[in-house]
Amino acid sequence: MSILSVKDLRVTFDVPKRGAWPWTPPMKLQAVGGLSFDLEQGQTVGLVGESGSGKSTVARAIVGTVPATSGQILFEGTDLASMSVGDRRRHRRDAQMVFQDPLAALNPRMTVGDIVAEPLTTHYPEMKRAEVKKRVGEIMERVGLLPNLVNRYPHEFSGGQCQRIGIARALIMRPKLLICDEPVSALDVSVQAQVVNLLKELQRDMGLSMIFIAHDLSVVKHISDEIVVMYLGRIMEAGPTHEVTTKPRHPYTQALISSVPIPDPVLEKARPRPVLEGELPSPLNPPSGCVFRTRCPKARPDCAEPKDRRQYENGVRVDCPYFEVKDALAV
Amino acid sequence: MAKHANPDADILDEVQEPVNEQVKGRSLWADARDRFFKNKAAVVGLIVLFFVTAFAIFGGLISQYEPQTVDFSLMGAMAVNGSPSIETGHYFGVDFEGRDLYARVVQGTRVSLMVGVVGALVAVVVGTLYGAIAGYLGGKTDDVMMRLVDVLMSIPFMFVLILMLVIFGQSIFMLFLGIGLIAWLDMSRIARGQTLSIKNKEFVEAAIATGVRPLTIILRHIVPNLLGIVIVYATLLVPQMIIFESFISYLGLGVQEPSTSLGALIRQGTQQMNNGTLWMLAYPLFFFLITLFAFFFVGDGLRDALDPKDR
Ligand SMILES: Nc1ncnc2c1ncn2[C@@H]1O[C@H](COP(=O)(O)OP(=O)(O)OP(=O)(O)O)[C@@H](O)[C@H]1O
Ligand code: SF4
Ligand SMILES: [Mg+2]
Repeated sequence: MSILSVKDLRVTFDVPKRGAWPWTPPMKLQAVGGLSFDLEQGQTVGLVGESGSGKSTVARAIVGTVPATSGQILFEGTDLASMSVGDRRRHRRDAQMVFQDPLAALNPRMTVGDIVAEPLTTHYPEMKRAEVKKRVGEIMERVGLLPNLVNRYPHEFSGGQCQRIGIARALIMRPKLLICDEPVSALDVSVQAQVVNLLKELQRDMGLSMIFIAHDLSVVKHISDEIVVMYLGRIMEAGPTHEVTTKPRHPYTQALISSVPIPDPVLEKARPRPVLEGELPSPLNPPSGCVFRTRCPKARPDCAEPKDRRQYENGVRVDCPYFEVKDALAV
Repeated sequence: MAKHANPDADILDEVQEPVNEQVKGRSLWADARDRFFKNKAAVVGLIVLFFVTAFAIFGGLISQYEPQTVDFSLMGAMAVNGSPSIETGHYFGVDFEGRDLYARVVQGTRVSLMVGVVGALVAVVVGTLYGAIAGYLGGKTDDVMMRLVDVLMSIPFMFVLILMLVIFGQSIFMLFLGIGLIAWLDMSRIARGQTLSIKNKEFVEAAIATGVRPLTIILRHIVPNLLGIVIVYATLLVPQMIIFESFISYLGLGVQEPSTSLGALIRQGTQQMNNGTLWMLAYPLFFFLITLFAFFFVGDGLRDALDPKDR
């Protein structure tokens, strides 16, 4: 059984119209529209998409801070929406999250020790102070921080260290599922690798299952077993990492890959680039049919028709009937 | 590829701290305190406040007279014999009824400070919690709670308070009640506004996701982060409350005889202005003004020190 199974997840937000009467119905913003994927025990799924494609909303729905409008999120076989109070408490312990902005994720008025200890003191209020201190020290060491820093405040740390603190807080409960929402996007390139390696190491040692979110493929491909490419809340392409990153099929995936610079300047100059043009359409008013059609280099008239475009090829799901398999270097 | 949101590289990762001793962190409060003490006007204000408070609390110890005792030996020749002098023991002279003005000013300062501090305390406790709860819960609760504040604010309070004092009689209790009723309104709005921005921060989301209860989130994560602005506003509210009370007392509706406040003393002083007893106005006015200025300077210093740009 998969540890996590997301089935046709939809999340819709009510956005009040500006300047309208209080009783006019609010506009509907569909941040996630029919997302499905499975996460196996000990594996990592990478969620990739531009800013505003609904990645964080998926993460929030899975940890339960945002309710799913429809569809199911099965955590160890139990639907989040139908969980009892006890189940929900267990889920809060078992599914933890690491956030995008390392400093904003830490309360500036609390010491690092208190921040890391908060999940423990919340779920085990009767735990002895000495025991809490010991556990905090252990996990700090585990993420590569010196335990004697517990009395410091977040603003005294660098971005990379703040993210380690965030990871320590997420792992102190020994969760089963760790959701990393763009954990390295705000960090310097040199530090990104350190944090990603730390996460990989921790995953192996603690047997974590992970969801790793990023806005491009360069980071996710090092850590994920499967990749889900999202656009405007919908799946564009989903499959094993190797397939998706080396042989991208969907025009959007190809565009994403070509937007990552290649370190070699000669290759970089030589390659053709179907760069993404235009802006992400407003999720309040998404294009009909294939949501990518307003920016797709291959769009045809019938792409505007509403229909299921799901195709399967070699274990990869591609939501485009006109896809072509391309070599990653050539795109 | 990276957004480079954090300009400082991870040099700190390399820095080896001494492992054995616990490193003491510097909280944002400690930083703010250092900034505050670099501001000269604020420090002077703080010192003045310290002396005014000491004067209000311990000034009575060196007084030669009780504030209510009328010195009959001066009757009839107040303008001549009642002037400030060390020999007679009336350091600040006597008031229009022959009572020791020094003792009266000590008492008046005490009452005025108390009114100001109580008003500000009510504002801080009630206003902050009310605003934080409204802002954090949001939605319909927020709407109802803040509309109530709007309604209360639209009432002309000075007018209502004067009516109340006239109808129910003047008493210090009524005065405190009246001041307490209005003091928290502005504060609750400020606290709510701050809460709205804080509650969208990721550390609040992290707390929600771990399952911390809403009241704990408000008290542990929201309130400490809006305390800075609340403290600044409170220090500026104290002088406002003192002025407010003085105005009421100046109209003759405030503190009742034999008790007194700076406002009441100033009123009595102005009434005697043409009788050549200017000291009756000068001393209470002096304490009134230095107290107000001190509070304003301290408030200003706190605002600079606690400015959110430190984050
Ligand atoms: N609470 C909310 N109320 C209304 N709209 C929301 C809310 N949360 C998110 N949205 C909208 O949903 C869409 C998806 O947002 P989301 O934060 O999930 O994107 P993202 O992929 O995480 O982007 P980023 O890379 O910038 O983090 C956006 O258009 C956003 O404006
Ligand atoms: S369905 Fe049409 S618009 Fe959508 S990705 Fe395929 S070709 Fe482009
Ligand atoms: Mg996001």
